[in-house]
Amino acid sequence: MVGILEDKDRIFTNLYGLHDWGLEGAKTRGCWNGVKDMLDAGSGWIIENLKASGMRGRGGAGFPTGLKWSFMPKEVKDGRPHYLVVNADESEPGTCKDREIMRHDPHLLIEGCMIASRSMLAHACYIYIRGEYVQERERLEAAIKQAYEAKLIGKNNVNGWDFDCHVHHGGGAYICGEETALLESLEGKKGQPRLKPPFPAGAGLYGMPTTVNNVESIAAAGTILRRGAGWFAGFGRPNNLGTKLFCVSGHVNLPCNVEEAMSIPFRKLIEDHCGGVRGGWGNLKAVIPGGASVPMIPASACEDLPMDFDALRELKSGLGTAAVIVMDKDTDLVRAIARLSYFYKHESCGQCTPCREGTGWMWRVMERMATGEAEMKEIDTLLDVTTQVEGHTICALGDAAAWPIQGLFRHFRGEVEDRITSYRAGKPHVAGHTLVAAE
Amino acid sequence: MPIAKVNGVEVEFELGMTVLQVAELAGEEIPRFCYHERLSIAGNCRMCLVEVKPGPPKPQASCALPAAEGQEIFTSTPMVKKAREGVMEFLLINHPLDCPICDQGGECDLQDQSLGYGRDDTRYEENKRAVEEKYMGPLIKTAMTRCIQCTRCVRFITEIAGNSEIGLISRGEDVEITTYLNAAVTSELSANVIDLCPVGALTSRPYAFEARPWELKKTESIDVMDGLGSAIRVDSRGLAVLRVLPRVNDDVNEEWISDKTRYAVDGLQRQRLDKPMARDAAGRLRPVSWGEALDIAAAKIKGAGSKIGVIAGDLQDAESMKAAKDLFGPLGASLDCRQDGSGLGDGPRESWLFNPTINGLDQADAVLIVGSNPRLESPVLNARIRRQWMAGKLTVGVIGQGGDLTYDYEHLGDDAAAVSGLAKSKSEFAKAFKLAQRPLLLIGQGALLDAGSLAALSGLVKAFNLVRDGWNGWAVLHTAASRVGGLDMGFVPAAGGKTAADLVKKGGASVLVLLGADELDLSKSDAFKIYVGTHGDAGAHAADLILPGAAYTEKDGLYVNTEGRVQMGQRAVFPKGVAKEDWAILRALSERLGSALPYDSLDQIRAKLFADHPTFGQIDYAPGSKPSSVDLTKLGDAKVASKGGYANMVTSFHLTNPIARASVTMAECSALASGTKMAAE
Repeated sequence: MVGILEDKDRIFTNLYGLHDWGLEGAKTRGCWNGVKDMLDAGSGWIIENLKASGMRGRGGAGFPTGLKWSFMPKEVKDGRPHYLVVNADESEPGTCKDREIMRHDPHLLIEGCMIASRSMLAHACYIYIRGEYVQERERLEAAIKQAYEAKLIGKNNVNGWDFDCHVHHGGGAYICGEETALLESLEGKKGQPRLKPPFPAGAGLYGMPTTVNNVESIAAAGTILRRGAGWFAGFGRPNNLGTKLFCVSGHVNLPCNVEEAMSIPFRKLIEDHCGGVRGGWGNLKAVIPGGASVPMIPASACEDLPMDFDALRELKSGLGTAAVIVMDKDTDLVRAIARLSYFYKHESCGQCTPCREGTGWMWRVMERMATGEAEMKEIDTLLDVTTQVEGHTICALGDAAAWPIQGLFRHFRGEVEDRITSYRAGKPHVAGHTLVAAE
Repeated sequence: MPIAKVNGVEVEFELGMTVLQVAELAGEEIPRFCYHERLSIAGNCRMCLVEVKPGPPKPQASCALPAAEGQEIFTSTPMVKKAREGVMEFLLINHPLDCPICDQGGECDLQDQSLGYGRDDTRYEENKRAVEEKYMGPLIKTAMTRCIQCTRCVRFITEIAGNSEIGLISRGEDVEITTYLNAAVTSELSANVIDLCPVGALTSRPYAFEARPWELKKTESIDVMDGLGSAIRVDSRGLAVLRVLPRVNDDVNEEWISDKTRYAVDGLQRQRLDKPMARDAAGRLRPVSWGEALDIAAAKIKGAGSKIGVIAGDLQDAESMKAAKDLFGPLGASLDCRQDGSGLGDGPRESWLFNPTINGLDQADAVLIVGSNPRLESPVLNARIRRQWMAGKLTVGVIGQGGDLTYDYEHLGDDAAAVSGLAKSKSEFAKAFKLAQRPLLLIGQGALLDAGSLAALSGLVKAFNLVRDGWNGWAVLHTAASRVGGLDMGFVPAAGGKTAADLVKKGGASVLVLLGADELDLSKSDAFKIYVGTHGDAGAHAADLILPGAAYTEKDGLYVNTEGRVQMGQRAVFPKGVAKEDWAILRALSERLGSALPYDSLDQIRAKLFADHPTFGQIDYAPGSKPSSVDLTKLGDAKVASKGGYANMVTSFHLTNPIARASVTMAECSALASGTKMAAE
């Protein structure tokens, strides 16, 4: 057996598109089975089971899904409808799990939407899909059409809960993956994050109670309820339960998406599923364990590392979306982080000051760090700037822009210093060089 | 009331206040750029960060955070200090260091706050960002490289002015504030964004490079461009008024003024009458001395008997009207302050007032606008209607021409028949008006031109119960600053007297005294016309004798606004040339006529005014909806046939009075608004 998770325990059984993605195929894999019973069991039952399963949100922040659903008002008041919004704006560099779900197992998502909507008394669900995901949107729309035709969803459907599912195609902005920016964009406005409070559960889409969930969290709900919370909770370490899609990319021999048990040791994940690090384990330099927004960790920390929320947080990193970017010793880490800085500078919405001004500043300094042109004292300035951005912005994009840089300097400061020194070594005419001498 | 602690000091606050407001209650100053009391909260500048317990271990934007019972707020901890320094540094890295050539210098929020909260050095080694120039019309000068993207202007134009002409485009560090395709902003309130802009990105184009704020003498006064009487501050240097800014008066204009109020002042330097003139035998006006001029006037008046007409213009102060009334009334002259032919002036005082008061608009739940376009006649008041409508608390109906009022309304017709038919109308609005707790009938001058229309309006008072306990919904919107004052002192023809329209007819009068009256067609009149006023406009062109007076910035004067609020304007500069204050001219004339007026100073004339008409003594007081019942049901004369379609009295917003017509800025705005000039030219 490869890895920890056995095939019988996989939720996403058509992750690789080997089988029929359509309704018939999905039904043979168990999808839509028993949905009516789940819905009839009521909102409380669904939420209790989700809570018991220990599912933490798969979008990156890791907030318990059942708890999130329970924040919705318990009854529909004053004619204010509830909404479920699914965040399919998967734009985090390195992350490519949701697209596989939407391409190959769209019915799991639709089924999950229905169950989640029932639990939060919503009759309408909006799936906000990333602008670049054209084929995925077509597949998802086709699946929704199938579900309507089979009367699984829609008015007076066989499951007994009126439910409409709409797909909204985004414009391709990273920031629209932030939940409140997503809501703004969905309302037809410019995608800029809103101030919180009020939180979406109080005033979200069109000012109505709304819950925004990641595709994977929603798509897993049906199977969790079918097989029982206990089954799902049987994987992983306490507080980090269940199975999780890992997207491994970078310097491994076989980059892949794989569903695995939470808390799988990093080395096992890489060696069992991805054919090991390019050039062998010893060639590993650093890992970005959860998508571009989380700080990198050095190879030395990866030996016995369980891949879960808490273990990575202890390393001052995070599981994020479980998009593991592996970097071997050939990697120019400074260059890599400079490229990420460019990404955040490009994708900042420009609404609030620290992120608007800070991301550009950080990127420009990082570019000079990458070539070695920067001055030594700028390292501390740069780190100070990252702390000025971090925690001072409306949404988490400011944090996300600051963390990769902080991660780089936490573990590989020497590498940057060496580069600056060696750049200056042969160039006595470089301004900084003479300045240093004169000081 | 809940209690929070600000830096350890307990403060009581009202539920719903933000942390920033609570900190201010405690006397702590919180720096801010994007936050503004009268706009929605954006929370984007991040300058107002404070530390709050309980809460996450990071600074919070105090402008957007609701205060809570037992909260501890810290405004000067090291964390807060570092956060503010950080934000200030970010704001400054891409802000140009061009304060010496920036018009905002000296009144710049960024300058002030960088002094208080900024670092003392720069760590930014990169090039600064430059932003392409934008065009926003003849009033707003842009230097968008200075912009800090606080979006106050966007929020003002969208929320208060009511047309989304300014927006934020692009994202990240490339965001830019712009109008759509560099079109001029068309709102009548557009220039308020200049005051709102915390930096020098949006500055005043007509005032560009004129003066520094510390050079200016600042005089608090009252605006006369419309009937609202906005509170203004007149900034002058030497003999010239350089600009007008709004003052805060929550009962009237809050802190906005219209573009005309702000920019008509360059008209105070042009087309001015600065010496007396008389028409010679060849029919040309030639300068004469004051002595000669007054002699000519006295001779003509003495020879005219009672065939004298006195017409007061729209910008006249109460004192000069009082002097004119005291001088010409006893001679049997016909007096009129209603150039536009309005039929008001006969009933009780309430019949010509905006009784619900301007503040009362915030309680109105249904407004019927008859014969008026408030957006053009009083843009600031219109913004209040819009605000109430935006809050979802107001239904609006219009009888008249309508137009884009910046809010939705139901159009119910355009004549007196529509007014009298409203009681039986099955329209949605009629239902809402019937059910309204605070119905407001907003009457424009366009619906007051004949007694029949007035009678129809008067009929609504009973049909819709407009006057009830604690609420009087009869609201006349005047367009002339002098009008209510004139009506209050009875500056209307006595029984058997002639109205303004009759006086200017052929043979209407032997001598016509025009007190700044420029909105009349004088071509038929064969009277000897004495013009007392400020500008070479219609009145002066037709005049046989010109006695140069003082404009509103050049005299102390009382003005009564549309709600009956008496307000005191103050002199900022001296009159041009040998021109005199209007009441003083009339006082001098009275001497020549041998019936000297019994006052020698402004104080004395005011004392007489207050004694004769006590309402003038109540400065800054609006009577509002008095509890005593007043009968407004029998105004006008139902037997007079109404003239049909109500036209709006103000068609060209920028050119309603002689000062505005002399203004180059207003001419340019008017050309843009009427489409004779394109923005790109």
